[in-house]
Amino acid sequence: MVTVLTESGERTLPDGESSGDALWLPAREVEAATGWALKPQGLCKGEVCVPLPPGREQEFVRGPRVNVAALWRHLGQPVVRSDRGHAWVLAASAGDRATALRSLEAPDFTLPDVSGRLHSLSEHRGKKVLLVTWASW
Amino acid sequence: MWQELYEELAGFGFMVIAVAMDSREGDPLPWIEAARPTYVTLIDREHRLAELYGLVNVPQAIWIDEQGRIVRPAETAGVYEGFRKMNRTTREMPEQVAQTMAAARSTYLDAIRDWVRRGAQSQYAFSPDRARAHLPAVTEDTQMAQAMFRLGQFLIRTGEREEGDRWLAEASRRHPDSWCIWRQRAGVNDQGLAALPEFWQRVDALGEKRYYARVDMNGMP
Repeated sequence: MVTVLTESGERTLPDGESSGDALWLPAREVEAATGWALKPQGLCKGEVCVPLPPGREQEFVRGPRVNVAALWRHLGQPVVRSDRGHAWVLAASAGDRATALRSLEAPDFTLPDVSGRLHSLSEHRGKKVLLVTWASW
Repeated sequence: MWQELYEELAGFGFMVIAVAMDSREGDPLPWIEAARPTYVTLIDREHRLAELYGLVNVPQAIWIDEQGRIVRPAETAGVYEGFRKMNRTTREMPEQVAQTMAAARSTYLDAIRDWVRRGAQSQYAFSPDRARAHLPAVTEDTQMAQAMFRLGQFLIRTGEREEGDRWLAEASRRHPDSWCIWRQRAGVNDQGLAALPEFWQRVDALGEKRYYARVDMNGMP
């Protein structure tokens, strides 16, 4: 059982297994958890496919399971895990984040208000938005 | 601070989304309840926005147009760091400094007014090239730091405070420019008022460097 925290949120996967720096997820759960899917060409997200490095396929795929941590490192994207491997953060790379910002498209987000109701930036398309942060201390 | 401005400009197709970068349970509810804002107030315990927009301190603001484009990337939201010139014993603010702070705030609010009324014609709306030139630095270290922060917050939230705090400490080491990360870490230690000496030390260590980065806008200090 592992909890995986990504750009799209937090998922607890009962069939996820962590082993040292490896995070093995059932192939059928990988796309929902990470946005990447195992295809004959390799690991694919949208238009992008990354072939498994020849001779090192076992690092990434074993039977029906995918080591998403190996994929993340292979892509130069940050991975951190708790000491006992029950929680993993799979984050966006600096390159991807910088490229996204250079497009000047304001990244969408969904956050709760005080009552727990979720709101997204995209709900306010059509208005000028002042997005401003603060802290209570 | 934003309620008056919001009421004044709401009719011009303007919205304020104020996000509290708080992570301790209970923060920031009392403040929100007292202020009773009619604009959108959200809570970002994991600092997702810090990662998405390259935020390092509060308050910072991003201007986003009707097409969802960044018109002004993350910048200090109209505050001047007058508190550094404050007398720490008497808490008195020198008159000149108080004036600078008031002027900074009014300059920034006036700029927002101008933008809301004039849109892309406003001198305060950056062209795409200028906006790009003002994007915050995003590095491997800052991205790793935000990932560590998120992990730390998760662990603290799920009862593993000690390990969580360790991740927050490491996150702060990786991204020393982030006061957002540092501030939450000081919060985890639950030192309350005792956090202030640590805060002053860290501020003093800046030397000539700004605590709040200067805003690239005519009339801002």
